[in-house]
Amino acid sequence: MLEVKDLSMRFGGLLAVDQVSLDVQEHEIVAIIGPNGAGKTTVFNCMSGFYRPTGGQILFEGQEIQGKPDFRISRLGLVRTFQHVRLFSQMTVVENLLVAQHRHLNTNLISGLIKTPDYRKREQKSLDRAAYWLDRVGLTDMANRDAGNLAYGQQRRLEIARCMVTEPKLLMLDEPAAGLNPAETKDLNQLIISLKEDYNVSVVLIEHDMSLVMDISDRINVINQGRPLASGTPAEIRQNDDVIKAYLGEA
Amino acid sequence: MAAYNFKHALFSAIVTLIISYPILGFNLVSEGSSVVLKGADAFTVVGVFIAALVVFMFQLFRDSFMAMLGRLPALNPLANLPPMPQKKRLKVESILLTLMLIAALFWPFMASRGAVDLATLVLIYIMLALGLNVVVGLAGLLDLGYVAFYAVGAYTFALLSQYVGISFWLALPTGALLAALFGLVLGFPVLRLRGDYLAIVTLGFGEIIRILLNNMTNLTGGPNGIGGIPDPTLFGMEFGRRVKEEGNTSFHETFGIAYAGEHKVIFLYLIALVLAVITALIIRRLMRMPVGRAWEALREDEIASRSLGLSRTAVKLSAFTIGAFFAGFAGTVFASKQGFISPESFVFLESAIILAIVVLGGMGSQMGVILAAIAVTILPELAREFSEYRMLIFGAAMVLMMVWRPQGLLPMRRIHIELSPQRGDR
Repeated sequence: MLEVKDLSMRFGGLLAVDQVSLDVQEHEIVAIIGPNGAGKTTVFNCMSGFYRPTGGQILFEGQEIQGKPDFRISRLGLVRTFQHVRLFSQMTVVENLLVAQHRHLNTNLISGLIKTPDYRKREQKSLDRAAYWLDRVGLTDMANRDAGNLAYGQQRRLEIARCMVTEPKLLMLDEPAAGLNPAETKDLNQLIISLKEDYNVSVVLIEHDMSLVMDISDRINVINQGRPLASGTPAEIRQNDDVIKAYLGEA
Repeated sequence: MAAYNFKHALFSAIVTLIISYPILGFNLVSEGSSVVLKGADAFTVVGVFIAALVVFMFQLFRDSFMAMLGRLPALNPLANLPPMPQKKRLKVESILLTLMLIAALFWPFMASRGAVDLATLVLIYIMLALGLNVVVGLAGLLDLGYVAFYAVGAYTFALLSQYVGISFWLALPTGALLAALFGLVLGFPVLRLRGDYLAIVTLGFGEIIRILLNNMTNLTGGPNGIGGIPDPTLFGMEFGRRVKEEGNTSFHETFGIAYAGEHKVIFLYLIALVLAVITALIIRRLMRMPVGRAWEALREDEIASRSLGLSRTAVKLSAFTIGAFFAGFAGTVFASKQGFISPESFVFLESAIILAIVVLGGMGSQMGVILAAIAVTILPELAREFSEYRMLIFGAAMVLMMVWRPQGLLPMRRIHIELSPQRGDR
């Protein structure tokens, strides 16, 4: 469903991403790994529309999306999280989820001002959806707290829930396990698998935690210094000499 | 530390002398046809030196003074109350607002004509501040040219009444919509800008409108302004002594009461009151709607908002447009109240005062903004006895206010949408 062909991104004299290609099929979890500074997040930023790539093509369900404004891409169903959690920290947990459903609630001003029954119905629906996802990620008790007061692991989960209420087709997670303890990582593991199995969402993730990557990925792409180094199943990657030399290290 | 304090205190005292001696110590007195510079009497000179001494002493023992002041809030038993739960707070707030509204409804029938007139001005400022609150307080876009939209509203009414003979009731929506259109137009070029840059561009826009009004002499009358703006009518009843327009009747004749100039003033006050209440209610509602949440989300984290499919363009433009709409509203009322407008009413100082109201009241907080609007409009009037020093007092009050309560009179407490626990249990 997603196809990235020969993606390049140049910042002045620095070629941050050079001819990277990858693809994601439906119902698949694909990981992007590589050493720090390899250009993984830059690839993400190009895919989600934060950067306009200097070369190459990105196709989402057959549609060219490179260079489109970010909010349009996310409306197509390609939603991302961030390496550093970006929540609306002064809004409550529920409200974070309501903001994300802004476009589902696309009511006009007048119907909201006079509270038409249709408007109430939609508002209720989005509250229900928020409640469902809070329950799903185990944050129901926190619903009315400010998002900024949550523990780090909870913020991570809320960020994923916030993406899921937009009903994405493809979820892009940028280092979802960063800063989590082993138990939390394990929960995250299950959550991501369940997103794929139960909600039929494809996932692209950048991650350094190899146990997580090897456990849940269907395929792995390795990037080194902006260039694709290898791609394949977890088993293949584990055996690949280049990858071991550049990233995994000899054990 | 002591040496530093001494130096600092000496410096402050000298600055005080440099500033106040020329202002107070020399007077221009006209003698016959010429103007002569005269030194002030001994009393004033001594006063200036005493003031400098006070500044010196205060700066020298500043730390201990401040420590003493720091203990002061403990004297206020209300200072350390825990915040009320949201439900209770909303109830108290709505009861207070209702009481205020009832008082405001009956009050003009007891107060003097001048007081009612001033109150109308307060209400106009409340409308303006509530509108700017959307742009600055909620959406976080610093707008220094807000007065431009106020001017658009006022001039729309003035020009249309002069050339087309439009009535107040028709001008009200027209002025507001036209101002909103200007908001939309200004919104486009400034979308990419944030913070300081946005402030400068909006400042420029405000000046452009004023200078245009000043220089398009054949249309707007330039600095001479436009007069003869009609008063609002009540179902075709005029409030003047004699009926100006054919087909209208006069208020006092219809009801068989003696003519009184107060009728018109009170009527205008009531119109302003109704409009201010409508403004407050609409904005209150907007804050809880998806648009309101989008404003806040964009203010808190633009990148995250965009990644969730919020269009920066649409959200910012909606804030600008809605803010401008209410400024247009206020402008129409202002034009009708004054009966005469000129570009002089729409200078940058006006923008600054409206912004000051929003900041003093507490950004985003409606209650706070309403209280601040009352304070900021009435304070200079109360201080009128001090004639030339009133702006000085006004400025000092603002500085003190910002030192003691930087978050504003009543800082914004957001009305949260709560998730009831039962629903989550399913």
